[in-house]
Amino acid sequence: MPENRGYLYFPGCSLRATGVAYEESLLELFRVLDIPLQELEDWNCCGATSYMAVDEGSAFLLSARNLSIAGQKENHDLMPPCSACYLVLRKTQDYVAHYPEARRIVEEGLKAAELKPFNGVRVRHPLEILYNDVGLARIKAQTVRKWQGGKIACYYGCQAVRPYDEVDRPHDPIRMDELMRAVGAETVDYSLKTKCCGGSLTGTIHDVGVWLNYILLKEAVRKGAEAIVTICPLCQFNLDAYQSEISKEAGKAFDVPILYFTQVLGWALGGDPKALGLHRSIGGRGLVRKWFSVSQEVLAHA
Amino acid sequence: MPERNGAVRVGVYVCHCGSNIAGIVDCKEVAEYAAGLIHVVVSRDYKYMCSDPGQDLIRNDIQEHKLNRIVVAACSPHLHEHTFRVATANGGLNPYYMTMVNIREQDSWVHTDRQAATEKASDLVRAAIRRVVLQRPLEKARVPIDPNVLVVGGGIAGIHAALTLANAGKHVYLVEREATIGGHMAMFDKTFPTLDCAACILTPKMSAVKAHPNITLWAYSDVEKVDGYVGNYKVRVRRRTRYIREDLCAGCQECIEACVYKQPKFADEFNQGLGKRRPIYLPFPQAIPQTPVIDRDTCIEFNEPRKIRWLTSLSQGAFSAPRGQCCLSPHFARLWKSGKCKKTCLEACGDRHAIDFKLQDQLEEIKVGTIILATGFQPFDAKRIPYYGYGHYPNVYTSLEIERLVNASGPAAGEVVLRDGKTVPKSIGIIHCVGSRDENTNRWCSRVCCMYSLKLAHLLKEHTGADIFNFYIDMRTPGKSFEEFYQRLLSEGVHFIRGKVAEVTDWVFDPSEEGKLTLRVEDTLLGVVRRIPVDMVVLSVGMEGHQDAQDVRRLFNITCSTEGFFQERHPKLAPVNTFTDGIFLAGCCQGPKDIPDTVAQAGAAAAEALALICAGYVEQEPNCAYVIEEECSGCKTCIPLCPYSAISFREDNRAEVNPVLCKGCGTCVAACPSGSLQQRMFEDDELFEEIEGVLVHA
Repeated sequence: MPENRGYLYFPGCSLRATGVAYEESLLELFRVLDIPLQELEDWNCCGATSYMAVDEGSAFLLSARNLSIAGQKENHDLMPPCSACYLVLRKTQDYVAHYPEARRIVEEGLKAAELKPFNGVRVRHPLEILYNDVGLARIKAQTVRKWQGGKIACYYGCQAVRPYDEVDRPHDPIRMDELMRAVGAETVDYSLKTKCCGGSLTGTIHDVGVWLNYILLKEAVRKGAEAIVTICPLCQFNLDAYQSEISKEAGKAFDVPILYFTQVLGWALGGDPKALGLHRSIGGRGLVRKWFSVSQEVLAHA
Repeated sequence: MPERNGAVRVGVYVCHCGSNIAGIVDCKEVAEYAAGLIHVVVSRDYKYMCSDPGQDLIRNDIQEHKLNRIVVAACSPHLHEHTFRVATANGGLNPYYMTMVNIREQDSWVHTDRQAATEKASDLVRAAIRRVVLQRPLEKARVPIDPNVLVVGGGIAGIHAALTLANAGKHVYLVEREATIGGHMAMFDKTFPTLDCAACILTPKMSAVKAHPNITLWAYSDVEKVDGYVGNYKVRVRRRTRYIREDLCAGCQECIEACVYKQPKFADEFNQGLGKRRPIYLPFPQAIPQTPVIDRDTCIEFNEPRKIRWLTSLSQGAFSAPRGQCCLSPHFARLWKSGKCKKTCLEACGDRHAIDFKLQDQLEEIKVGTIILATGFQPFDAKRIPYYGYGHYPNVYTSLEIERLVNASGPAAGEVVLRDGKTVPKSIGIIHCVGSRDENTNRWCSRVCCMYSLKLAHLLKEHTGADIFNFYIDMRTPGKSFEEFYQRLLSEGVHFIRGKVAEVTDWVFDPSEEGKLTLRVEDTLLGVVRRIPVDMVVLSVGMEGHQDAQDVRRLFNITCSTEGFFQERHPKLAPVNTFTDGIFLAGCCQGPKDIPDTVAQAGAAAAEALALICAGYVEQEPNCAYVIEEECSGCKTCIPLCPYSAISFREDNRAEVNPVLCKGCGTCVAACPSGSLQQRMFEDDELFEEIEGVLVHA
């Protein structure tokens, strides 16, 4: 296998704000794996969220600028960890390739900004990179701390797996489950793994957004999961930040750690626990402290 | 007959085809243009050239105007070349002095610009006039037709076709891939809309096949090779060995009871994996022929116990083991061969000596004149729709599994229980259109699912008394007594919910859903999203062409749609013919259909075969290749290229084409380096003249 020359890293706004733990754990995981990440220089908003609904053309242009910068690099693998960034970048590529109107807007926009068209850029989610490029075998081999925590519900959310099927199977994704099992975790059959977390509804139609998250939490607990692991900063934030409110509304106390899959993997592969952003967890702090404490380290490959 | 380059007198006929051609092409203008061209004596346009008055025009003009060449600009030669050749012959000319120009499929149907389409038609007519001048008079050769028929596939279609032909006194070879004939119909419990038992109406026909003196039945066999042409097909059939000799076996089944496996252990294909069988087995009690099969993949004689254990774990893991899944490569099979079984089956067989582990596959070469393909369908693989949970949730079933489950001779003897083997379902959801009318899987309607879903709803209600919910997109019940059956179900208290089910899931919203499967669906009549918890889900899977349909298509040299169904020659007027003469279609290999339609089509296919046989001979197109002897250098390039082995090498170092074997494919003609191979109807000078005619603007 040729040596992994690393990836162009596109943080997006979430990983610098509410999802900072995602960035911290992702960088630590790739450091442990010894795979270089190069942050995309002068990146801008990916164009997701309200942009797409209000003005599709502007959303495509924002994405196209990022893609164009990536296209000038030697390394064409662009890695946006946020599902929303992933989807809008991928969608822009798709629409420019298949719809003349989108192509016209993007071509004209790039020309006006004196940017070159993007060709050959591959937009790749870290879940798929870890599964395909790193592989279960290497993850297993490099595991130094076998998972000693509780059962995990792997929650994929909607944007990373649909409509594009490159990250995982669109309707019943499995790769995060396999990665978790590779480091010794037990995963539950979580039927809601691709259902909606409410997205920005928690900010706009608050009741509905919170209700959706209540369903997700309740089902995960019913299935015996003690933690939910996510690949998307928005999913993580919604499930984590509103837990106390949900507990109050539903009359049922939830104290579930909502982790990033990079936190679990980073810890298992021997990352520095302090660098994984674990202290930023809101729900299930007690469990997080217990599971990730270095004193309980089990050296699988002593 | 006019001499070449002599006084050539051409008649040109431009057909309107109603508005099919005239809607885009100005036929009058084309005819007027042609009238001004050299050699043209008469040029007309007419609404329907293929009609009697249209054909009369040609015949009368030949006589009145002393025409000796005819050009008809109309539809595809596929449709009416024969018609106009006959008309030409009726006028007293050699039929090969007629040429057809396709201005419908190749012009009016594919263009929208009236002026350009008219010009194109004129160009094509001009080219045809230049070609027809050089065309030669030809004679058709007649070859006798072999009265024997091959029927491929022993489902209800193949059985009915074979019996019809055999009753007419023709000899039929019926070849079936599985160990028994009967096909899917043998698996069904009852048949809609009359609810008569499938076995009661099918098994007598199966026995009749076995008993009929005019039918040679080869089950557990595959067609391997097909050569020849209409009237004279040579077919090679591989009869896979059962390790039990059909001629010596008395069908007592004592060997099955005597097998070292005291309990049946392997997923039983006939029962969709719901039951178990031994390595030596009969697919079902009424199987025809009544000779058991020893399955190489699971018999200890051929395998080490380790492999058997592995196979058993496979068949227990999946709800239904698809056929052929357990096959290992021959290499591994050899490695694991042990030959250490006690062979109690052999002892049980005793003096009959029907069992022989050294038996080999048998190859049979047969000659037939016509072939009927009745290879059937495969049910849609429900695992392709992950959100319906088949293979994930144990209590999601396919409709074929339910057929076996409600069947009195099925694995549960007609007791409908869930996969735990004891719980009787109190509520059942039946999802229609699984793998039909769906852009993500198959676009077509499978035609039978609405009706069999109603039938299963009735049977399940009868067996369990459960609450039954039918989830449908549209109810399609167009058939004799079908709508009445639907009305009957409505009055039986079965629930009908109009909406495409979004998912079958186990997540619990309300405590009442605990332990159940919940169907989430938009009820489009109420305009609300509903959650319906049930104990059992039935997926009404659609019909697909067989996975290996493309291989079968190549074997028989017929055409197949991308969906995997074989293509009929004409969707309305030649529904059982194929584009290959002498090969006919019956049943679901041509498209989804129910039992009445399948039987009707099988009868039609038999009648078409009989029509050919009774005519006694077929005429061959005189389009064969021939060698210009003085120009042949004897290089032999052509000989290995001929797919029909029609070219031989003579002692005087010349190639020679056998006109009976030549199919007129033209491969040798294109390959001949000296140009000494030519093909009748496609002579070089004719083709070059036609090409020039298209390119030279008058």
